[in-house]
Amino acid sequence: MTDITSTPAPRHIPDRLDRPFSSAIFSWEALLVVVAVAIFAINSFASPYFLDPYSLSDLTFNFTEKGLIAFAMALLIISGEIDLSVAAIIALASTMMGMAVQAGAGTPVLVLIGIVVGLGCGAFNGLLVTRLGLPSIVVTIGTMSLFRGIAFIILGDQAYKGYPESFAFFGQGYVWWVVSFELVLFLVAAVVYWFVLHRTSFGRRVFAIGNNPVAAQFSGVRVGRIKFTLFCLTGLMSGIASVLITSRLGSTRPSIAQGYELEVITMVVLGGVSILGGAGSILGVVLAAFIMGLVTFGLGLLNVPGIVMSIFIGLLLIIVIALPIVWRRLRGGR
Amino acid sequence: MKAFLKYREIWLLAAIVVLIGLISTRFPAFADPGNLRQVFNDTSILMILALGQMVVILTRSIDLSMASNLCFTGMVVAMLNAAHPAIPIPLLIVIALVVGLVLGAINGLLVWRLNIPSIVVTLGTLTIYRGATFVISGGAWVNADKMSPDFIGFQRAAFLGIPVLSWIAILVIALFFILMTRTALGRSIYAIGVNPTASVYAGIDVGRTKFIVFCISGMIGGLSGYLWISRYVIASVEVANGYELNIIAACVIGGISIAGGIGSVGGAVLGALFLGIISNALPVINISPFWQMAISGSAIILAVVLNARGERQQGRIILRKMEAA
Repeated sequence: MTDITSTPAPRHIPDRLDRPFSSAIFSWEALLVVVAVAIFAINSFASPYFLDPYSLSDLTFNFTEKGLIAFAMALLIISGEIDLSVAAIIALASTMMGMAVQAGAGTPVLVLIGIVVGLGCGAFNGLLVTRLGLPSIVVTIGTMSLFRGIAFIILGDQAYKGYPESFAFFGQGYVWWVVSFELVLFLVAAVVYWFVLHRTSFGRRVFAIGNNPVAAQFSGVRVGRIKFTLFCLTGLMSGIASVLITSRLGSTRPSIAQGYELEVITMVVLGGVSILGGAGSILGVVLAAFIMGLVTFGLGLLNVPGIVMSIFIGLLLIIVIALPIVWRRLRGGR
Repeated sequence: MKAFLKYREIWLLAAIVVLIGLISTRFPAFADPGNLRQVFNDTSILMILALGQMVVILTRSIDLSMASNLCFTGMVVAMLNAAHPAIPIPLLIVIALVVGLVLGAINGLLVWRLNIPSIVVTLGTLTIYRGATFVISGGAWVNADKMSPDFIGFQRAAFLGIPVLSWIAILVIALFFILMTRTALGRSIYAIGVNPTASVYAGIDVGRTKFIVFCISGMIGGLSGYLWISRYVIASVEVANGYELNIIAACVIGGISIAGGIGSVGGAVLGALFLGIISNALPVINISPFWQMAISGSAIILAVVLNARGERQQGRIILRKMEAA
């Protein structure tokens, strides 16, 4: 019998790589903080109404719903997949809630329907991608038309109204003073997703899949199951966002939340998540959500039309992505 | 014969014939040559756009900004026409091509020089170009009464019994066919899609070729801008909003692999025709147009399920991921 105790002590593998202070300063999140502070400062100079608690509270409504989806989308993109159908899921879930209202459903049932429909749509995407091995970008372009298409078939050019009064709390209610329910939900979700991505083995596996799905598979990671879970999560968050939006607007049209999918993805990419998968952080996404909210709200106070704001969002996306590349190239002397 | 059946275009063509057959059981006049010519004409712009998108997708990139490019360029030519009705239409078309080329070149430069993934670049320019349309127009519309009769009439004029719009589509299809099958650039585009690393060793400048495909898709977007505005005779910020996904849908149905390297001119054209036939047929067979979105969504999913069966090659996927990292 060989002496087991004499085997060399296991090599110490650090849980994470050393991150000295200097690298933290030049991190993506630091860049986003600078951008956010700059935009905040510009806003407070540009409009006297900006630094008002009630204004700032209104500001949060600009990003909380999209931000909630962005957390799940961040995980999905880190794993190397994408979901373009989130806005269509919102539309379908909202339509189903509208039908339930017509049938006389109460607030708890409505919320349940919104969430379950979202989850179901996410699971449908997940099944197509993981079971049939299809590229998620194409699948979700298809389901995007399909989900919103079903909403159009049901509603046509009509709208559902008459949501119960208690239902309005989710999108319009305040928990305390100027702190809205939506903001609280956003912050809670941020903490939960931060914990899941950065502090659990599940999060580690998501990164592993994004960096090399084949290696992850051979390391015993259930790639398909985790991707399926992530699609379900994205659907779930879209369902929750649907409850919030429907409650805030008080009505459902099939064109609800049109174009949200690209805004959510912009948010995620702006937050430093690599579109190729394998890298990103929840803190970055939270900051990106704040930045996008600040830009749209600040420009709104200055009476800049929404379409012009989108120029700033687009420029911000490209500049923030291009800046580190140009910077590295200049320092590299190439 | 067996080799013949391996082409997915044949199957797609068969599907289209079956589709037309099914529709004509409900509405016999649909299969009329005259009506089919009308369907072709209605689908012309989508076919042209799908071809522009195809060359981009073949190189493993994507251009989400085509519809915004169309909207911007359309507004430019509409405003030019409203202000200076004397500018001849051929010159306006050249202007549209150049404006589109510039917008495409911006995408291409960002992808080529800064190495930013194309989906990120074009996601950004998608909103920028549409926003820029608002800026140049001040949010105003250009209506039919401000456009010159030539501007509206040019594509409707019949030549050999077929409208000019259809002729333009036929010309573009022919040019793309020559580009993809008879030129070195066409071969490079396929090569990059199949294996970018090997392409570099084969002496292909991958970055520059990607730049060129974005220039092509930009020019196509610009050309379609004029065609779209003169067809629907209204230029506004809302023109072709969300249409970028229809263009990609046409490509996907046409069997163009989003992973690059697989696809053909015939596929893109047939994919666009498939969508065009559905949108033309729904009203005549008394199905509410609200069904169209769900039907094309199902068609996309079905197409990708069927196409994926021929493409599954594990080895390629490993290679692709390693390059991405």
